[in-house]
Amino acid sequence: MYAQMVESGQAGTSDQDKAFQDKIDRNVRIEPRDWMPEGYRKTLIRQISQHAHSEIVGQLPEGNWITRAPSLQRKAILLAKVQDEAGHGLYLYCAAETLGVSRDELTEQLLSGKAKYSSIFNYPTLTWADVGMIGWLVDGAAIMNQVPLQRCSYGPYSRAMIRVCKEESFHQRQGFDIVRALVEGTEDQKAMAQDALNRWWWPAIMMFGPPDADSTHSEQSMKWGIKLNSNDELRQKFVDQTVPQAEWLGLTLPDPDLKWNEDRQSYDFGTPDWDEFFNVIKGNGICNRERLDARNKAWDDGAWFREGLMAHAEKTTKQNIAAE
Amino acid sequence: MSTEFPLWEVFIRGQHGLAHRHVGSLHAPDAELALKSARDVYTRRNEGVSIWVVPSSAIAALDPSEAEQNFAPSESKIYRHPTFFDIPEDVGAM
Ligand SMILES: [Fe+2]
Ligand SMILES: [Fe+2]
Repeated sequence: MYAQMVESGQAGTSDQDKAFQDKIDRNVRIEPRDWMPEGYRKTLIRQISQHAHSEIVGQLPEGNWITRAPSLQRKAILLAKVQDEAGHGLYLYCAAETLGVSRDELTEQLLSGKAKYSSIFNYPTLTWADVGMIGWLVDGAAIMNQVPLQRCSYGPYSRAMIRVCKEESFHQRQGFDIVRALVEGTEDQKAMAQDALNRWWWPAIMMFGPPDADSTHSEQSMKWGIKLNSNDELRQKFVDQTVPQAEWLGLTLPDPDLKWNEDRQSYDFGTPDWDEFFNVIKGNGICNRERLDARNKAWDDGAWFREGLMAHAEKTTKQNIAAE
Repeated sequence: MSTEFPLWEVFIRGQHGLAHRHVGSLHAPDAELALKSARDVYTRRNEGVSIWVVPSSAIAALDPSEAEQNFAPSESKIYRHPTFFDIPEDVGAM
């Protein structure tokens, strides 16, 4: 997901810890100045900031196509979608900051490569059809994860998720609409959509993180109400929702093991290449370097401007004080 | 040199006639840019007709751990609610 394999802190055993857990069990939201265990605070900072970094880095693969969108309307739509993602990043950074970490620290962690972001954004967008796949599949997967997070135990995170979810449906639909236009077009356009699906399907499946059996950090996070569904649960839901949509589009999902299971009333599906996943997480995906370089360049190139704005703000404050 | 912009709290009036409501926060060098950013970040879909921004550092808040002492006194004063009083039905609307 947008936050994958978040390392989870430990719960304490003091009376305060017990009262805290009791509050969560009673569904009382935790707010920034409430007492909370250090483990809860640190896990949340990792999770929310990873989520924020994903929104920010996630602008890059789609941004790649803004200037080359096939029509002015598609361009305006994509621009609005990418702008939303910037907004999502900002809501989330602010939520993380309520836990006592500064924006500069968070930025530094991303730029130095210390913080992670979702594996999915390290794949390239080779054709226009990839932009459709990102909206349809990647935003679709993100929705699966973000909808339950609206009920998470930390107030600012939950409120940020509510805002984000209001905007996500547009993202998935515009992606589906791009794919639909392609499959209803020429043979070449349909082939382009199929090719993009072949490349994006497995990375999208892997977004949900490792199988539950290998997911070491889930238990405490679930107890704390900051992870609400298991990776496999959400993955299954995503597959069940997406297969009929692919069929409707007349596209073939690149999984020979995919088939309806009458007993489970769900689709059985194959195993992704988890070696590839861990390799991408370690920084060796196709675009990891490029993504980090792009973020570093944007940060460095903007330094003079940020400094100028602050200098101007300080000067006008001084003048205002002098005038009073 | 660190140039982290100060934090601002954003309040938006959703519709004419409603009060401004806190919607989130953002970093900006000054009030003017805080307002512009607030418009871009928080009103991309007609969410408001007016925006206030306030430096976060200017907000004073009660300590949440003292909530009980702070809000308990009103709990025992149920006579502050109109339903405390029994008005016979034949008195009519009141
Ligand atoms: Fe997003
Ligand atoms: Fe999105």
